[in-house]
Amino acid sequence: MKRVALTGNEAVSLAMKQINPDVVAAYPITPQTEIVQMFSQYVADGQVDTEFITVESEHSAMSASIGASASGARAMTATSANGLALMWEVMYIAASSRLPIIMPVVNRALSAPINIHCDHSDAMGARDSGWIQLFSENSQEAYDNVIQAIRIAESANVLLPVMVNLDGFIISHAVENIDVLDDEKVQDFIGSYTADYSLLDKDNPITFGPLALQDYYFEAKRQQVEAMKYAHKAIPEVAREYEKLTGRGYGYFTPYRMEDAEVVIIGLGSTMGTAQVAVDELRKEGNKVGLLKLRVFRPFPKEELARMLAGIPVVGVMDRADTFSGNGGPLFADLNTVLYGGEERPELYNFIYGLGGRDINVSNLMEIYRYLLNARDGQTLNRVNYFGVRE
Amino acid sequence: MATLKEMSRKEEILTGGHRLCAGCGASIVARQVLSATQNPVVVALATGCLEVSTTIYPHTAWRSSYIHNAFENVAATLSGVETAFRALKKRGKLEGDFDFIAFGGDGGTYDIGLQSLSGAMERGHDLLYVCYDNGAYMNTGIQRSSATPSGADTTTSPAGRVIPGKRENRKELTDIIAAHNIPYVAQAAPSNWKDMTRKAQKALESDGSTFLNTLAVCPRGWRTAEEKGIEITKLAVDTCFWPLFEVENGKWKLNYKPKEKLPLVEWLKVQGRFKHLFQKGNEEMLEKMQEYVDQRWQKILRLCGEE
Repeated sequence: MKRVALTGNEAVSLAMKQINPDVVAAYPITPQTEIVQMFSQYVADGQVDTEFITVESEHSAMSASIGASASGARAMTATSANGLALMWEVMYIAASSRLPIIMPVVNRALSAPINIHCDHSDAMGARDSGWIQLFSENSQEAYDNVIQAIRIAESANVLLPVMVNLDGFIISHAVENIDVLDDEKVQDFIGSYTADYSLLDKDNPITFGPLALQDYYFEAKRQQVEAMKYAHKAIPEVAREYEKLTGRGYGYFTPYRMEDAEVVIIGLGSTMGTAQVAVDELRKEGNKVGLLKLRVFRPFPKEELARMLAGIPVVGVMDRADTFSGNGGPLFADLNTVLYGGEERPELYNFIYGLGGRDINVSNLMEIYRYLLNARDGQTLNRVNYFGVRE
Repeated sequence: MATLKEMSRKEEILTGGHRLCAGCGASIVARQVLSATQNPVVVALATGCLEVSTTIYPHTAWRSSYIHNAFENVAATLSGVETAFRALKKRGKLEGDFDFIAFGGDGGTYDIGLQSLSGAMERGHDLLYVCYDNGAYMNTGIQRSSATPSGADTTTSPAGRVIPGKRENRKELTDIIAAHNIPYVAQAAPSNWKDMTRKAQKALESDGSTFLNTLAVCPRGWRTAEEKGIEITKLAVDTCFWPLFEVENGKWKLNYKPKEKLPLVEWLKVQGRFKHLFQKGNEEMLEKMQEYVDQRWQKILRLCGEE
């Protein structure tokens, strides 16, 4: 293990280099482009022996990854924003075909207006596609999540694709000191991969992607639900092994100063790092505030979250994407569902923030905490709030 | 080159019992192409008739490995399979050889799949792409595609009181793929089976991307008798609507020159989709169609050095 200064994109491409997948099919898009570039360099310099397909679109990146994965190869790609949206059709096919493809997504706002900066509308657009979705707070987590994703995806009974999210520019382009594993350690951890079924098993030909109508389609979908249940089990198992190797522990989420908290913020990605500082500041003033950084968005850790949040008077839910349902963002909707009917149900308030990369800093988060503290004390607060926007 | 007798003894990769219509040209094309394979095969299909009719779960009509992904991405999908093969072989996880063959209809090839096809051809994956061109979106119920001949009555270019069927000329996809400078591109028809199987074999033996554009009769869409498909295909070839040629490493070669080039109407008049053109007032349409075929034929002759 050594400590190096890397951007998020560098950390992800280093993880990909150490994984040395059989096939990578990728297409450039800001802010993911550097991952493709750096990986191309690894290929050109012989530091990996991956076969790299320079596809002509993200749709083909995912389509080729599906072909490669169905052939028993360990396949990876990476994308952002509109690229992910273009893949949307085939992402469902990857999941339903039970192909353990790994895809870092450098989160960026979806057009229009066209915008290259961070929000989570890309990942949230694919939240129902059947992919496992992990979120990262910083480069270290992005690196660790990519390596763990291989094991999660390839776990027996899971066999689902995994998306590893990291915030565009905020993580992808910022340099941080992170701990990286030796190449051999990564190889030992991920192990070799042998698919149960492959198009290239000439003695056992197989039909992938058949037509299934009223009589069988539903069962295929139902089995995906079971696979997600297995993923829910596999994620902490893989994390425990990874912790043994690195000393860095990962769960479905990370609580921060939650012990006696009366006001808690929950959210995803880099903003949770900023929120930690806000918590520290507010705690200095004696406010009972805490933070819950969610790592696993799909499968949604419903029971664990319900337990963790039970009895907390006020919870602020941070969404860096909107659903345009008029009823708040995607995380807010899921948490409402999870907590509905539960005992000691917290009051939930939604803050939609940072769309198109709008900055959110420590004082912004302190402001949000203060709204929530006031709500705890009986002041009125809208259920859904758009924070930091001209209205 | 295997003889017909030898080929007829080869185990069929696409078995009988599939649910394509009687008289469908797609299965004939597939069987002729597959009869030329000499290695284990991975077949990839674009969404379309051949796909929906051969893999109705829990059944499959394919004895080889088979993958269907979506409508517009069969070339990209198979490029992933072919790349995985190279990757795994390089790492010592696989031995032997495979033939990689994609099949797509004209909708999945000329239209929605064109980008994916062009990308795969440009990258030079070692695979054969076969288009079975039946001249419309037959699977969804006979809608016009960019391969539909002008004048054809389809459900989205219907012959009406004002408009006499499809007004635009078809796209010449074989030429477009030839412009990718890949080792082998050819146009073939199942009426000329020997030419078809020779071309499939040549394509499979070439290193790199190859493309075979084939005419596939659709009795439903063309409104033709089920048992007349091959005869009607032969008319397409003899009227020079569907010239048989190949482009090998950039060199164009004509493979068949009719002894007597038949007038296009000989091919049109046997098909219900062109019936309205023979009504009074549509003579000009027929002339224009003949003119287009003649110009196209002259161009092919010129490119093939046959002038």
